[in-house]
Amino acid sequence: MDNKRRDLLKTGGGLSLLELIAAAGWLKPEDVFAADWNKAAFDTKSVEDTIKAMGAGTPTQSKDITFFSTPDIAENGAVVPVGVTSAIPGTESIAILIEKNPNTLAAVFDVPAGTEPSLSTRVKMGQSSNIYALVKADGKYYVASKEIKVTLGGCGG
Amino acid sequence: MADPMKIRANVVGDSTEVKVLMSHEMETGQRKDAQGKTIPAWFIQTVTATYNGKPVLNAQWGPAVSKNPFLSFKFKGGAKGEKVQVTWVDNRGDKRTDEATIA
Repeated sequence: MDNKRRDLLKTGGGLSLLELIAAAGWLKPEDVFAADWNKAAFDTKSVEDTIKAMGAGTPTQSKDITFFSTPDIAENGAVVPVGVTSAIPGTESIAILIEKNPNTLAAVFDVPAGTEPSLSTRVKMGQSSNIYALVKADGKYYVASKEIKVTLGGCGG
Repeated sequence: MADPMKIRANVVGDSTEVKVLMSHEMETGQRKDAQGKTIPAWFIQTVTATYNGKPVLNAQWGPAVSKNPFLSFKFKGGAKGEKVQVTWVDNRGDKRTDEATIA
């Protein structure tokens, strides 16, 4: 008996929490889709096309963009850690491009003011390739690259 | 509904470091199954992190992000006991929101 009452309390509690979240507007679909997915850029197949699709013009090579915890040689192409830090003031977004993947663009991060322009994730790489970090700062684009050798590809089966 | 995310948020100096481990297949659409048919792409497209209802990170991902994606970032401010929320949406329209308490 007591157990049942516990369960009821739990489900009841869960429901009201969900309702609360919905009421606070956190789960409104338009909020979730606010960050639109840039299909044109993600469909591109070369670094030049990606840069063009993102409207980046001719990005400036920059030494203020650094890679951290990124290996020179990745044993497993399915899981390659990539960390990017931008020391350029006014950094608005950081994109990670992998030159020899079927689709060049891997990820775009929009960095609002107050968030440090330094983040890391893990990506797949089909083969050894250059990776590019494309940074948008104050409306201008900057780029840096690094070569990663892959011993075992992470795309295709 | 997909499995919950593992979110860890820690105060480091005057900022908060957030680490997120999501549970998602991240199928590229490039692989073929045993019958030679292409396995359709299935991956997270957008990730949004909010702190006190204010966005601290918006990300757009392609299928090149690894299976069970990992993400780490830092934002200024944040105090112990406050909440950080992370939401992802995949290309099938599935979504998941989880939150963590800053420690």
